Amino acid sequence: MEKLKSLADLKKIREDARVKLDLRVKGDNPEGLVQVKVAMATCGIASGAKPIMDFFVDELDKRGIGAVVTQTGCMGYCYAEPTVEVQLPGQEPVVYGFVDRKRADEIIEKYIKNGELVEGIIPVNYEKID
Amino acid sequence: MKEIALHLLDIAQNSVRACATEIRITLAVSPATDTLTLEVKDNGSGMDEETCKRASDPWYTSRTTRRVGLGLPLLQMNATLSGGTFKVTSAPGKGTVVTATFGYSHIDRPPLGDISGTIALLILSNPSINIVFTHILDERTWCISTREIIDELGREAVSDLAIVRGLREIISENISESKIHET
Repeated sequence: MEKLKSLADLKKIREDARVKLDLRVKGDNPEGLVQVKVAMATCGIASGAKPIMDFFVDELDKRGIGAVVTQTGCMGYCYAEPTVEVQLPGQEPVVYGFVDRKRADEIIEKYIKNGELVEGIIPVNYEKID
Repeated sequence: MKEIALHLLDIAQNSVRACATEIRITLAVSPATDTLTLEVKDNGSGMDEETCKRASDPWYTSRTTRRVGLGLPLLQMNATLSGGTFKVTSAPGKGTVVTATFGYSHIDRPPLGDISGTIALLILSNPSINIVFTHILDERTWCISTREIIDELGREAVSDLAIVRGLREIISENISESKIHET
C-alpha cells in the first residue's frame, strides 16, 4: 500500500471503516462498543502505557473488534501500572494491572472476545493510599 | 521518561485535566540554532502565581489519588540536563503555556521518540478538544488539527481506530525529516 501523506488519503480509509463498522453494529454487538481505557498519567507513561495503548489500537482494529480506546488519568494504582480498564457492553468495568503485550493479547482474546476473566485483576475495593 | 514524545503525552494530560478546549502543541527542531523546543499551550483553567511556582515541585500535585506530581519536574530535569531551559507561564482563566527547550545535539537530550503516535493517541482520546500540532524544522512548518480532521472526515472519525492508525502514518510521513536529521 502506498504511504499515507494527507487527509485526503484518510478519506478512503474512512469509507472502508464505515462499511466495516456498520456490519459490526448490525451484527452481534448491538448494545454498544467495548470500552478500553488506558491509565496514562506520569506513572502509567513511565511504566510503558503508551506502547500498550498502541497495541490495543492496532490489534482491536486488525481483529475487527468495535471498540472505543481512550486514556484516563491515574487511579492511584501507580504500583501496578500500566493499568487498563475494560468495560464490556452492559457490564461492570474491570481493571487489569501490570499489563504487558502478552496480557493485553490475553485480554483481547479471552476477556473481550469471550468474557473469560484474565489474571491480573485489581479488585474494586483494593486498599488505596488516603 | 525516556523520550520527548512521552513527556509530551504526559504534559498534555495536565491541559486535559484543566478542562482546555484547545491544546496547541509546537515542536520546533532547529539544528541551525542547536535547539529543540517543545511548547504545550492550552486555554484551560490556568493557575495563579503561587500554584504556578509550585507546579514544578515534585511534592506538589492537585490530585487526590496520590501525593506526588512528577510530570513537570521530570520534563524540567531533562530539559536542563541537556543545557536547555524550562518555563511555565499561566494565568487563572486564561490557560497555561509550558515551554521546554533542549540542547539539540547535547548527548543528554532524550530522543524524540514516537511523536506521531503520541499526537494520534491524544486526538483519539480527546475528541472534544481541538488538538493543534505544529511541527517546525528550521524554516519549514507543517500543521494538523482535530478540527481539520473533523471538517474533512466527520465527527466520529476521530474515535475510529482505523482512522487513527492512518493518522499516525500521515504525521509520521510529514515529520520524517526531523527523524532522519536526528540519526
